[in-house]
Amino acid sequence: MMASSYNAKDEDGHITVTGPGGGAVLRSKKPENTAFKQQRLPAWQPILTAGTVLPAFFIIGLLFIPIGIGLFVTSNNIKEFEIDYTGADTSSPCFNCSQNFSWNSTSPCTCTVPFYLEQPYESNVYVYYGLSNFYQNHRRYVKSRDDSQLNGNLKSLREPSKECEPYAYHNNKPIAPCGAIANSMFNDTLELFYNDPNGTSVKILLGTTGIAWWTDKHVKFGNPGGVDSNLSAVFQGTTKPLNWRRPVYELDSDQSNNGFVNEDFIVWMRTAALPTFRKLYRIIGKSSQMVPTLPRGNYTLEVVYNYPVRSFEGRKRMILSTISWMGGKNPFLGIAYITVGSVCFFLGVVLLVIHHKCGNRNNGAEISN
Amino acid sequence: MSFFGVERVRKKERELERKLRANDREFNLPFKYATNGIKTSKYNPFTFLPLNLFEQFQRIANAYFLFLLVLQVIPQISSLSWFTTVVPLVLVLTVTAAKDATDDLNRHRSDNQVNNRKVDVLIDRKLRSEKWMDVQVGDIIKLENNQFVTADLLLLSSSEPLNLVYIETAELDGETNLKVRQALTVTGDLGEDVEKLADFNGEVRCEPPNNRLDRFTGTLTHAGQKYPLDNEKILLRGCTLRNTGWCFGLVLFGGPETKLMQNCGKSTFKRTSIDRLMNVLVLCIFGFLAFMCVILAIGNCLWELKAGSQFTVFLPRQDGNSAGFSAFLTFWSYVIILNTVVPISLYVSVEIIRLGNSFYIDWDRKMYHPRNDTPAEARTTTLNEELGQIKYVFSDKTGTLTQNIMTFNKCSINGKSYGDVFDYAGQRLDITEHTDPVDFSFNPLADPRFVFHDHALVEAVKLENPEVHAFFRLLALCHTVMAEEKKEGELSYQAQSPDEGALVTAARNFGFVFRSRTPDSVSIVEMGEQRRYELLAILDFNNVRKRMSVIVRSPEGKLRLYCKGADTIVYERLHQSCGKLMDVTTEHMNEFAGEGLRTLALAYRDLDQEYFSQWKQRHHEVSTSLDDRDGRLDELYEEIETDLQLLGATAIEDKLQDGVPQTIEQLAKADIKVWVLTGDKQETAENIGYSCNLLREEMNEVFVLSGNSPEDVRRELRNALSSMKPAGDSTVLPDEAVNGEYGLVVNGHSLGYPLERSMELDFLRTACMCKAVICCRVTPLQKAQVVELVEEYKQAVTLAIGDGANDVSMIKAAHIGVGISGQEGMQAVLSSDYSFAQFRFLQRLLLVHGRWSYLRMCKFLRYFFYKNFTFTFVHFWYAFFCGFSAQTVYDEWFITLYNLVYTALPVLGMSLFDQDVNDKWSFQHPELYLPGQLNLYFSKKAFFKCALHSCYSSLVLFFIPYAAMHDTVRADGKDVADYQSFALLTQTCLLFTVTIQLGLEMSYWTAVNTLFVVGSLVMYFAVTFTMYSNGMFLALPSAFPFVGTARNSLNQPNIWLTILLTSILCVLPVVTCRFLFIQLCPTINDKVMLKVRQAKTKDPPLPRRARIRRTSSRRSGYAFSHAQGYGDLVTSGRFLRRPAPSRSSGLAHAGRSTTSFSPMGRSAGYSPTGRPQNAKVQDVEVTSLQMYRSVRDPAL
Repeated sequence: MMASSYNAKDEDGHITVTGPGGGAVLRSKKPENTAFKQQRLPAWQPILTAGTVLPAFFIIGLLFIPIGIGLFVTSNNIKEFEIDYTGADTSSPCFNCSQNFSWNSTSPCTCTVPFYLEQPYESNVYVYYGLSNFYQNHRRYVKSRDDSQLNGNLKSLREPSKECEPYAYHNNKPIAPCGAIANSMFNDTLELFYNDPNGTSVKILLGTTGIAWWTDKHVKFGNPGGVDSNLSAVFQGTTKPLNWRRPVYELDSDQSNNGFVNEDFIVWMRTAALPTFRKLYRIIGKSSQMVPTLPRGNYTLEVVYNYPVRSFEGRKRMILSTISWMGGKNPFLGIAYITVGSVCFFLGVVLLVIHHKCGNRNNGAEISN
Repeated sequence: MSFFGVERVRKKERELERKLRANDREFNLPFKYATNGIKTSKYNPFTFLPLNLFEQFQRIANAYFLFLLVLQVIPQISSLSWFTTVVPLVLVLTVTAAKDATDDLNRHRSDNQVNNRKVDVLIDRKLRSEKWMDVQVGDIIKLENNQFVTADLLLLSSSEPLNLVYIETAELDGETNLKVRQALTVTGDLGEDVEKLADFNGEVRCEPPNNRLDRFTGTLTHAGQKYPLDNEKILLRGCTLRNTGWCFGLVLFGGPETKLMQNCGKSTFKRTSIDRLMNVLVLCIFGFLAFMCVILAIGNCLWELKAGSQFTVFLPRQDGNSAGFSAFLTFWSYVIILNTVVPISLYVSVEIIRLGNSFYIDWDRKMYHPRNDTPAEARTTTLNEELGQIKYVFSDKTGTLTQNIMTFNKCSINGKSYGDVFDYAGQRLDITEHTDPVDFSFNPLADPRFVFHDHALVEAVKLENPEVHAFFRLLALCHTVMAEEKKEGELSYQAQSPDEGALVTAARNFGFVFRSRTPDSVSIVEMGEQRRYELLAILDFNNVRKRMSVIVRSPEGKLRLYCKGADTIVYERLHQSCGKLMDVTTEHMNEFAGEGLRTLALAYRDLDQEYFSQWKQRHHEVSTSLDDRDGRLDELYEEIETDLQLLGATAIEDKLQDGVPQTIEQLAKADIKVWVLTGDKQETAENIGYSCNLLREEMNEVFVLSGNSPEDVRRELRNALSSMKPAGDSTVLPDEAVNGEYGLVVNGHSLGYPLERSMELDFLRTACMCKAVICCRVTPLQKAQVVELVEEYKQAVTLAIGDGANDVSMIKAAHIGVGISGQEGMQAVLSSDYSFAQFRFLQRLLLVHGRWSYLRMCKFLRYFFYKNFTFTFVHFWYAFFCGFSAQTVYDEWFITLYNLVYTALPVLGMSLFDQDVNDKWSFQHPELYLPGQLNLYFSKKAFFKCALHSCYSSLVLFFIPYAAMHDTVRADGKDVADYQSFALLTQTCLLFTVTIQLGLEMSYWTAVNTLFVVGSLVMYFAVTFTMYSNGMFLALPSAFPFVGTARNSLNQPNIWLTILLTSILCVLPVVTCRFLFIQLCPTINDKVMLKVRQAKTKDPPLPRRARIRRTSSRRSGYAFSHAQGYGDLVTSGRFLRRPAPSRSSGLAHAGRSTTSFSPMGRSAGYSPTGRPQNAKVQDVEVTSLQMYRSVRDPAL
């Protein structure tokens, strides 16, 4: 066997080089001996060994399964009730309204949908409206807005951005708020009535505020002219979006929830990521400790049917939901965690077996030369 | 005033003949000859921007991005804001422009430096110091010793006799031996008389500027006489004046028209195989991009027809566009969105990585050679990863494998072997630097550089052992060396072959000093006593005789023939009485040969006067006869060289460069095939092959191709093939498995045939089946041909390493050329891609730097494609949920910054620092080099795997957040499934995933890497929160619409749970697969890394440094690297001698006939142990050429 590696001593020795000219020491061209230049930086060199991979799999497994179960249980504990009031079927109470829809009708069409809650809803209940097959994430739709205008910029109010086309001007007046998103704002009115077992129908109080992000309401959206301005004066010279029944400064009687900072408007303007989505509509606050917010029983949903979705096979839903620390009802995460955890655990076992059967013979000790 | 362009066109007109008059600028001016300033720079401050941008946009990637930018300006198409493309593009252009600018600045600087050199020019009858750039055609300039020649000059006069000048042409052709130029007598008579020179008004007509260095034609008309001019009278720019006090020259060509500049053609641009693969892949990606866009456009068309047309209530179409037109626009919109599959930063990053890895080579202390203060240098910064894929190494021999130094190492005299050192117990010791050398102080004429370690030999000399004396006397007498004694006792020898020099020097040190010779005598000092031997005949060496003899008459009058030669030849001619001695000597010689030493057998014969007179008579007859003189001379020599008495044998070490055998062995283990291509003789080459471990005793057979006709060669090839692989008739050329190890030696004259079309495949097939191939007597052109042959048919990466001008062709032909620096000439280094001082550094260059570079580049590419594909594919999936509207998944700022800020540094850090095992382990396991040769780390297959992996990751990255966010709300019931939150969630998931993936790829976590990785994540959050902050939004509402998104969604537990789930799910299969592969079929890397881990130390165990010792009976090549015909010269009347220092002697009468005789550059001269004699010495004081200036002076 011959020497396998050349290892000359002088290669990294300290030989000083003196120049030929009378002992004048030339600056040696020897490279600097730094860990960086010599690629000897201290480093951590992890490799995938059984000792690291297998425990990791088991730990992930053991960690994910409980998390998953927790999520799943939490999600299951959330009470959710959903009712589709599109009126696509002839049997549906809103069928007539959906059939006779026209943007310009002066008399609103109203329909009532009765439903029965089998369980009492204990804490705060959130009322959502849900739309399906509504492409709020279409590129042309998403960009059809003017954030400066919505932020209260007076210049943008008068001259909406080109992005808003074709909803920037109407009759040579700038539209406020401009754009396709604002134009298509959801404008059904939903009201809930509790049908007391003794026959009386009690209107349930729906909170209209606190449904939008704080940042949206206070930063992103703002009325032109500041908080206390006279909205109808500020919006003078603009026109309402084509599909709207009222101008933007008449959305609410409450000054702090009117104009661009109207929360229903803000919620709508936060476009959804997917064509099926739900948006928070109202909050039913918990009134007292003793009584459930929504007791078991019969209810009526009264809809002022303004919003057409049938033309594109859309669906409209009203959703009642309670909430947990992880948000609304969505069993997916829980199931996914349980699945991934189990798979990890199972893989861990399989790999352990494989390692025991085959791993040893491939020990690094013998490397064929 | 002519228009700018017109003037240029006029200049372009081909010059048919050059006409100029000396000292007459007015006359020369109308011809508009170029002045002597040179300009290699490309730009000036004003042209830089337009020219550089123009050049940059010629690159396909940049043009592509420009095209995208144009697309983005069209509002109907624009799916991304302009800044997503502009920011990266500007960055890339700036970086490249900065690099180009610095390069050009350097060129400006060197131009300036050269242009501002001073030279004496004759202006207005006076010599004035002028800048080079101001010198004009027709000027007369004065050069002094060791000055660079300013321009292409016609030599007018010089300080030397016969108007000779000596020039070194190393910068032109790489040859370091001096060449001579001679002026015409008519101009030579001008001398250094400035008045005369100023009056000189000769007219020159000559060829137009061209690039032929070896040819010149022209005429000089002076005083009504015409004189022809040829190359012998021309000094070319780039040469250096040597050994000449001064000379005057007339400028013929200046600056860009000089032959040097005309030769500076564009050097061929080398690309690596990864480069080529990358280009193919990028094209594939373009195709794939188009494919995806077509699918999405069709999707859009269908969507518009089905859903979109109904959805017009809320989203009206613009101007009544049809679905088809919308699909067309969507196609382009998606081209913009999906452009990240061809990342603009790819090329820039690749360049940065290569540059970084080149710097590591420059910085490597272990490739620094202290003896001549030469660090390694990566002269090309674009080929690094190819260093990790080398399959064939073509090496020069002399100067590369060997030092071209011969040392007298051992000898056997009268059956006793000298040269080894034994300790008191009789054990042989290894000779190291610490072994005591023999003290030669008893001999005032000894060469101080000669080192010998065996004291017994000196003792034997001092004891006046007659055989030992005879042995050294032979060495002192039987040779063709010239001695020169500048000062009393300071001898220097000029030997035509270094072997002879070594032997004569050995004799000198052991007290038999060869002092001087005349054509018919040799003077030696024998143990302090001056003796003059009459030289009666030299029976010179030639390739057939393989021996040389001299016949001398001692001062006592005894006639003796001394003979040295190849042992087999000498043994045939020994007297029977030497039988016993022969056996012992043979044994010794075998031992020497076993150590790789070159041996010569020495013998003598006493002649009686009568026989010799008669022989001499016949010799004279034969020498003067005309027919078949050589053959008859050989017969005559044969006759007298019989019944010899054996004296002993010498062993000369052809000193290898340090560490050559070990390096070759390492390379062999890394499955790199080393072919030696040398101009040397077959024996020498073969011998070196053995001593540097290329050819081995264990080899089944070493074939020799030495046929003289195509048929012979073909038969030899067939024979070799059939004995290697008896049933081999497959026609495939990939590496074929061979049972056993074979070697192949090809002789130069035979090599011509295999290089022809008809036989090249046979040859290549045979050669590639052999472990080692040695080609000898190869011309520079053949070297290149061999390299090209392998490149063409083997699809393998080749490397050529050499040190001399004769290696330039092969260095340029190979994929990677390596020059040995700090040796003779610079030509090899100048045309090389990498240079270092010692052959042994090659193993570090390949096994460490090359391997790491390849590993890093492949990891980089795999990861880079992965991260960009993953990034892009998510858009593809999202398209199905947003009506194929080219809506992006991510925030535009994220798209802009993803490649530039968030993921740039970690991957760069990996590609600059990563190493699987450190350098020491890399040496320990050269097998680690194999994956590179097989293209395992990055290939189309690996790329495809990458794409699949990305596909999986992107599916996870889209659908997990999709499912998790579907109909989900925040913990306070508010929106979190909105587009902006979803974008933030997906991009955060993506970033975590690719970062974790990077962590898996990275096997060497330095602090810098960790900082980059963690820093990039921190940077992401910092930038995100900043971009989504109130301030940014209020400043520019339309550019930062994501205000508050981060605050509102990243505080939700389910967001983080989704991120965790996504990351784990993306990584899980990768870890599982890798682990399974490591367990079931580990690669060599896995094994070594595991071994390193188990060894628990950074460094491998030190290898045993066993001395490579062959215990074979193979007869080593004999020591003669001689050319024939030198003996004649020595005995001829035209004896060569250095002229006396004063020039006043009658030298001037000497004819020029023999100045053309010059010994070959390489083998002339000799140094026993010190530095190689050919190392560049600043002031060449005495040159071989001058030594041999002929003197017809029989009296000496």
